[in-house]
Amino acid sequence: MAIEKFLVEASHIMMFARSVGDANPIYHDEDYAKETELGGIIAPPTFAQSSAQFDPDYFLRPKIGGEGWFGSGKEASGAKPSKDSGDGGGGAAMGLHAEQHFEYHLPVKAGDVLTATTKPGNTWEKESKRAGKLKFSESVTEYRNQNGELVITATGVGVQTERAVDS
Amino acid sequence: MLKEKEIKVGDTHTAILVEDLKRTQIVQYAGASGDYNPLHTDEIFTTQVAGYPSVFAHGMLSMGLTGTMLTNYVGDGALKKYGVRFTNQVWPGDTLTGKATIIEIREEEGTKVVDLMIETTNQNDVAVITGNATAIIET
Repeated sequence: MAIEKFLVEASHIMMFARSVGDANPIYHDEDYAKETELGGIIAPPTFAQSSAQFDPDYFLRPKIGGEGWFGSGKEASGAKPSKDSGDGGGGAAMGLHAEQHFEYHLPVKAGDVLTATTKPGNTWEKESKRAGKLKFSESVTEYRNQNGELVITATGVGVQTERAVDS
Repeated sequence: MLKEKEIKVGDTHTAILVEDLKRTQIVQYAGASGDYNPLHTDEIFTTQVAGYPSVFAHGMLSMGLTGTMLTNYVGDGALKKYGVRFTNQVWPGDTLTGKATIIEIREEEGTKVVDLMIETTNQNDVAVITGNATAIIET
């Protein structure tokens, strides 16, 4: 996956901060933020996850133009998205989200324009009583700003389970 | 930012992250993050097709809520690292409490930092997130 233009905008930061219950004015009040050492509105620590909004192929978003969506409408659905997204009946293509790690190199600020490139990382297997064989796979995403500086390294770990786990 | 003089190994910071998590907040997170997986927002699909007892929160919503507790403790722009494991699902109606514990105060590349252990638990005292973080502190 590569994202060519991840526009970091103040209103998006405000909405994201609200959704994670964060009332800190550094995420929505420009006047306040200007007076801080950071000099302006910054993104909260997990904001990079919303780069999905800027990934044209992101498969967990209904597509304009009538490709199938697997959520309910007239029917309870389960229709698989038409592309090779792995398991349209439920989880993400990576399976369940097992771990997420962020390394912060520089603050991400409103007005930044980021790019992101993702590479596969390690893979490993584990046996579990609850879910059978677990296959773990890592993906490493590097976010760079408009000056080419590395701002965040994000490592996600997904797990595919042999059997469904619901607790 | 945390001040070196005012902290010691073993110190903890605790905050209630959300009480009685509402489905609407999960919808809010779906909209902001862009992850519209119906497992998080579509009760009909999730119960009738996917076979879960109800919709459940994005792991990243729990990590985001825990991140609010963390930045309220260490200050803005202070985090160097933040990583978690998702150890249990979070359901509508859950009440989550986040806790950060100082495990080490040390120097990294000429800067004083603090290492924190992170744990978020639900109303049954079951961990939903475990993890760690590193933040810059003031000397």
